[in-house]
Amino acid sequence: MPAVTETIETVQSVTESTYKWGFETDIEMEFAPKGLNEEIVRFISAKKNEPDWLLEWRLRAFAAWKTMEEPRWAAVKYPPIDYQDAHYYAAPKTKAGPKSLDEVDPELLKTYAKLGIPLREQEILAGVEGAGSVPAEGRMPVAVDAVFDSVSVATSYKERLGKEGIIFCSISEAVQEHPELVKKYLGTVVPQGDNFFAALNSAVFTDGSFVYIPKGVRCPMELSTYFRINAKSTGQFERTLIIADEGSYVSYLEGCTAPMRDENQLHAAVVELVALDDATIKYSTVQNWYPGDAEGKGGIYNFVTKRGACRGARSKISWTQVETGSAITWKYPSCILQGEDSVGEFYSVAITNNYQQADTGTKMFHIGPRTKSTIVSKGISAGHGQNTYRGLVRIGAKAKGARNFTQCDSLLIGDLCGAHTVPYIENRCVSAKVEHEATTSRIAEDQLFYCRQRGLTQEEAVGLIVNGFCREVLKELPMEFAVEAQKLLQISLEGSVG
Amino acid sequence: MLRIEGLTAEIDGKEILKGIDLEVPTGEVHAIMGPNGSGKSTLSYVLSGREGYEVTGGSATLNGVDVLAMEPEERAAAGLFLAFQYPVELPGVGNATFLRTALNALRRAKGESELDAMQFLKLARERMKALSMPEDMLKRGVNVGFSGGEKKRNEILQMALLQPSMAILDETDSGLDIDALKIVADGVNAMRGPGFSALVITHYQRLLDYIVPDRVHVLIHGRIVKSGGPELARELEAQGYASVQAAA
Repeated sequence: MPAVTETIETVQSVTESTYKWGFETDIEMEFAPKGLNEEIVRFISAKKNEPDWLLEWRLRAFAAWKTMEEPRWAAVKYPPIDYQDAHYYAAPKTKAGPKSLDEVDPELLKTYAKLGIPLREQEILAGVEGAGSVPAEGRMPVAVDAVFDSVSVATSYKERLGKEGIIFCSISEAVQEHPELVKKYLGTVVPQGDNFFAALNSAVFTDGSFVYIPKGVRCPMELSTYFRINAKSTGQFERTLIIADEGSYVSYLEGCTAPMRDENQLHAAVVELVALDDATIKYSTVQNWYPGDAEGKGGIYNFVTKRGACRGARSKISWTQVETGSAITWKYPSCILQGEDSVGEFYSVAITNNYQQADTGTKMFHIGPRTKSTIVSKGISAGHGQNTYRGLVRIGAKAKGARNFTQCDSLLIGDLCGAHTVPYIENRCVSAKVEHEATTSRIAEDQLFYCRQRGLTQEEAVGLIVNGFCREVLKELPMEFAVEAQKLLQISLEGSVG
Repeated sequence: MLRIEGLTAEIDGKEILKGIDLEVPTGEVHAIMGPNGSGKSTLSYVLSGREGYEVTGGSATLNGVDVLAMEPEERAAAGLFLAFQYPVELPGVGNATFLRTALNALRRAKGESELDAMQFLKLARERMKALSMPEDMLKRGVNVGFSGGEKKRNEILQMALLQPSMAILDETDSGLDIDALKIVADGVNAMRGPGFSALVITHYQRLLDYIVPDRVHVLIHGRIVKSGGPELARELEAQGYASVQAAA
């Protein structure tokens, strides 16, 4: 049998069984009525007991959204989304607001245990895979904020972090407890009218994480948020805001999964990062939303706006993403390099298998002098997957001595998939230096045979070769995550041999 | 014991092996010599199960088991090892990772426990020392940036780690200087014993000065036309393949 035919058949047979996170939690939920209008925006704001300024802010976003059109420039195809046919608020029926773990619905605790996400303190993060976490000696604890559909259900290690002056809580709680910080920074990196999906998010965002690291503090543990979509016919619109004050450091991780459903569900998040003088934010994502079945039915539309502002001198923002899930991924984690000598980094692995589509990349805006950026993108396409790297490096007239290095590598598995590279470079500064390298390769038959002759199965061989291909990116992930990400890459590509 | 009977095989409809009969008893090392295009590499690929090589007739068994029915990795697990003529590069895959993954895959297949990173390193260092290989070869990508000699030594290292019962060495001597040739030969000779057989494929007699075979077979146009003791190799070196071809 020709390798390609075999590939497709094997891929089809394994996909459904390999998404281990596709279960559904049976829990009593409270929904907003379907549809999107001003009433719904007011409903969400009222549910969260928000101050007037935030309601106004949401309404302005909604007004802007109504005048906007969905972006069509990305290399992704999908039927029109009926924005009126979804619930914009879905929350487990329990008391609102932050609570101790003992008050959290046991069904929810079970859900996170099944996902391997530790909500109890001194448990370690088992990461995106794994059933039940085993605390290991000498490992760093990880603080977790767990967002279930529209609300945050638990945040761990708040007290210990609080001793250092670190604020780590849901954004709803931050609105209540730290309104001055939220008001000062919300929407300053991604304005309400930035783009269609950001405007939608600004109008109806329901929860997300908030982090503030005070001056000179190095956050003593990894912070993480775990997003879970559970309810049917809902979208998830979370909003994350991270502020690293002068001289501080934080490493933040984000993971996500959803049940397997025939319908497409929309996830339109906004993440804003602000780094002041000498501050560093490291933001890592392992995105594992349900990708749809082998025929391309169902799956999450992951339309996300992530942007970081290096406002301070010598500040640094580093994005690392491993994108294995979602039916469609549309995201461009970006850096605004405003402070002099500030540094932006983007390390990405994106896998598309079956009928998945990914249009992802980054934008690096060099504004300040001697700003530096590094982009390393690894796209892997298998099955009928389509993978596009789309990036912009813009160097302003004042960015004297700015430097960028971009490397985009694509790996093709089989001959029905596609890889595309769309790099834009705009340079208005003669002393700036911009480098771009791109390669496209296939997993060669001789590589597979070599591995199999040594006793590896086809899947192990593909996993090994793909992990080798992604090594430069995976080494940027915090260690626990890197191990899980490697496994995830292998699972995502099971059977996809060409 | 490797037993091949009436083996015929083709690539893209073209018959390359036209009926091979060959027996390599356990504990013996046999050499296959022959001119370019005689089917030597095809034989090694057919035995190890490479895609694109179609067996059209005959049989091949290793210790009584039909290897032709198996997937390549199953053949490896059954004890068959191929030292490649052109070892393949795996960018970004650390040599140590690759070797450990392979070793553990075979151990798993045999029902043995897997080695952890420390246990593996200890074993790998021992084996490398015996092959005069610098330790940094473990850290580098598999065969990436290796010289020709390093690649061949890396093949022998893999053989030493995986401990096959039947090794096929496909022109392992090509591109080796005399020092590297000796190291490779020492590596093979160290494996010799009652549980190990090898099929050494080569153009030249030179390698056979160091790995002295029990039997030598001459493969021409997809058939074994002559077999003999080690002296046959020297005969061929002196008279060329034409004499054998004429006689056949």
